[in-house]
Amino acid sequence: MFMRTAWLVLRKDFAIEVKSLEVLTTTLFFAISCVLIFAFAFVKNGQAPEDAAAGILWIAIAFSGTLALGRTFERERYGETLRALLLAPAPRPALYVGKLLGMLALLGVAELLLVPLIAFLFQAALFSRPLLLVGILGGGTIGFAAVGTLFAAMLVRARSRDVLLPILLYPITIPVIIGGVRGTAALLASPVDEPSAVMWIGILTAFDVVFVTLSLWTFEPLMTE
Amino acid sequence: MKKAFAPLLVVVAIMFVVAPFLIANAPYESTMGLIQKIFYYHVPSWFAMYIAIGVCGVASAVYLFKGTLIADAYATAGAEVAVVFGLCGLITGPLWGRVAWGVWWQWDVRLTTALLLELIFVAYLMVRQFGGPGAEKLAAATAIFGTATAPFVYKSVDIWRTVHPNTNVIPTLKPSMGGPFAFSSLAFILLSTLLVTARVHLAKRQMMLDELYLAHEEES
Repeated sequence: MFMRTAWLVLRKDFAIEVKSLEVLTTTLFFAISCVLIFAFAFVKNGQAPEDAAAGILWIAIAFSGTLALGRTFERERYGETLRALLLAPAPRPALYVGKLLGMLALLGVAELLLVPLIAFLFQAALFSRPLLLVGILGGGTIGFAAVGTLFAAMLVRARSRDVLLPILLYPITIPVIIGGVRGTAALLASPVDEPSAVMWIGILTAFDVVFVTLSLWTFEPLMTE
Repeated sequence: MKKAFAPLLVVVAIMFVVAPFLIANAPYESTMGLIQKIFYYHVPSWFAMYIAIGVCGVASAVYLFKGTLIADAYATAGAEVAVVFGLCGLITGPLWGRVAWGVWWQWDVRLTTALLLELIFVAYLMVRQFGGPGAEKLAAATAIFGTATAPFVYKSVDIWRTVHPNTNVIPTLKPSMGGPFAFSSLAFILLSTLLVTARVHLAKRQMMLDELYLAHEEES
């Protein structure tokens, strides 16, 4: 029942998204714009500083992720469909898991584009340790999306939700972003600093466990009117 | 608590008057000298903040799951007091850092995460202020996540090698320094507890007033 509900929510979001591709295209475009803006900010004499690629990657993920979160739930609010979902006789945490999986899929697609793009533009050796890279990207993205999905869902009912989402999301998820940036920077160091990368994956995993547990625990009372 | 409030307030006032004398009489630290004495204010401020955060986090969880209004009042009080003492810590820290490190601020894990913790509770207050109806629940969720981050901030100095002194400093203090330190910690913790109760009392009065207004409107 639980996994089935989550799966149905995911499939519903997927079906809506495939029809218009609205959130995906805007998110990807915004992510690329972010990369360009930060590239202009950091590049000097045609050369970017060593660690800039790691920072730019995660800034692009965080900013475009916030945009995607806002857009996905704006759609739910517009059609009053979140209320319908909440009225359904289904376990509430399952709805959260479904939404979270959708968000992860979206951010995953964005990263599939961003990582090669940054590797290409900054001559960053991101693919030298693919498994560690996947671990860091996965760990960081899950932590960010877990908190983001919870707060975006809550904010559907709030006034001035566009402002409040980044205000709430960034301070809480900065530890995860720091973990992502430092972990990626460890991969870019020459020679590759494997022990630090593994340590950051551990820290990211710890944060993911805390954030997902807290979100599952609080989603039910938070979404009850 | 109501009866004990006034006497305790006097006790705290006396403690804050006595503390500077105790601190002045404590021996100088061998390498840092006079500037080390800021430690007697800096660390207790963070202790007070952690306690206020604890109150805020627990009260927010109670409010979220039980819906008791008084728990919400405790959460707000905790967050407000946490922000105030966090600010004390963030001001006294750089004053010390300027002498000990030669710079006001370092992007060290403890400093960064402590600033972050302060920001989370400022965000909490902003949500309450500008969130409109239903913001209490949003704020409660923020507080729960913020409280979950607090232990990480405290332990960060032991996980990483940071320029900030680690938590080992306090248990290894000389008794001549430990005494004044324990005294000022107690004073700060007592002060934060009193501030929280005073703030909750104010919130209770506000609730009563709101009820009276409603009753009055219904009558007329």
